[in-house]
Amino acid sequence: MSDAKQIRVRIRVNGEAREAEVEPRTLLVEFLRDHLNLTGTHIGCDTTYCGACTVLLDGRTVKSCTLFAPMADGCEITTVEGLAKNGNLHPVQKAFAECHGLQCGYCTPGLLLSTLHLLSRTPKPTDKQIRKAIAGNTCRCTGYQNIFKAIRTAAAEMEKR
Amino acid sequence: MYAHPFSYHRAASIEEASKLLQQLGDEARLIAGGQSLIPLMKMRLARPTALIDINFIPSLDVIQRNNGELRLGALVRHTEIEHSEIASSIPIVHDCAAGIADVQVRNQGTIGGSLAEADPSGDWAVALLALDSFVHCFRVKSERTVPFNEFIKDAYTSVLEHDEVVREVIIKVPPKNSGGAYVAFKRSAPVYATVSAAAQITLDGKDSCRDARIVLGCVGLMAIHVKRAESALRGKPINDKTIQQAAEAAREAAEPQSDMRGSADYKRTLVAALVKRAIGIAVRRARGEDVEAEHEYVGR
Repeated sequence: MSDAKQIRVRIRVNGEAREAEVEPRTLLVEFLRDHLNLTGTHIGCDTTYCGACTVLLDGRTVKSCTLFAPMADGCEITTVEGLAKNGNLHPVQKAFAECHGLQCGYCTPGLLLSTLHLLSRTPKPTDKQIRKAIAGNTCRCTGYQNIFKAIRTAAAEMEKR
Repeated sequence: MYAHPFSYHRAASIEEASKLLQQLGDEARLIAGGQSLIPLMKMRLARPTALIDINFIPSLDVIQRNNGELRLGALVRHTEIEHSEIASSIPIVHDCAAGIADVQVRNQGTIGGSLAEADPSGDWAVALLALDSFVHCFRVKSERTVPFNEFIKDAYTSVLEHDEVVREVIIKVPPKNSGGAYVAFKRSAPVYATVSAAAQITLDGKDSCRDARIVLGCVGLMAIHVKRAESALRGKPINDKTIQQAAEAAREAAEPQSDMRGSADYKRTLVAALVKRAIGIAVRRARGEDVEAEHEYVGR
């Protein structure tokens, strides 16, 4: 691509240590998708708007299209691939499936991680808190009502555990 | 989208960041949260040849309050300010932090980066101009503290020298009988505001205004400090008439451009409405009421 010096980026993704040599301008989302083959994280707008590329970076949501990979060096990343355990969907994933919180599914990986981030800090969110928490995730299919329902359902389900 | 190629350097200390800026020359830039710079680089509106990452510098992310001052380290993320009880003891600071873009951007963006970027649509400059605030700038062998009203010189231009680094933001805690509010109107959460307004009102007794600061955002090349709106309130009783006069003065002081966010006329109308709302909330807070101020956008 260019003769800029490649640098080694080491991260932990979904609990596993991963590393690759990349150009510094490689975005975190490209690092995940193209270098680590984790294509569950989507590129939507590529302009910091839509939130399809949302991942957890050391437990907080970020838009992985708006971070150069070297900035995440040494960090812990959670992507949608890290949610299901032993073939069992995470309660947030189950709730989205059961409540029809998705149609085409393109925005879903980002919304799942925004939901997880919300519920890890606010286990019983109000409707207003839910709206604010997913304001950075665009869905062009559902009209959001079923997503709100899914998040409320996930909150109730996780509360039981 | 790919940014123009650049070399990547990681600073371990603020001294090293300043030295690297000297060594790497004019085309080198610092990167903190990157929430303004990375989109600009992807669109090739910015093409630095070297980036100096300051995210790994320890102790630049501290929030503290002592001796009547709130101190926010340059690397404090907007989210940390939003959820900090210490920072939220100045309500206008909380309003500003909690309303910036969306959760993901607030989790990554920093106050120091936002101020150094000096975007005319940025939020922090508007809230900070309503307060007595300062930016502490670091440079090897010459540190200085710049009053915030002298910090931004023009759109995307601050007083920072090439090798100077924002170390922290210092805000004087307003007196007890003072209250502030920062409100904005946005088309949706992730975008810059169409118009924003800040008010900080200090009361004399219950209904009279001792001092006022009114600031507008997104309607000029820099945040606009509206002195005529302030004199409409200062030394007078606060009522519908004086608030209306302040809002009118703000409407006239605004220098909006028609663009995809709205026509200049529409923005002037928004200015007057937001200034009224900000003053209303500021006054109630100055009286000791606990009022939530919120940014307006579709789907809120």
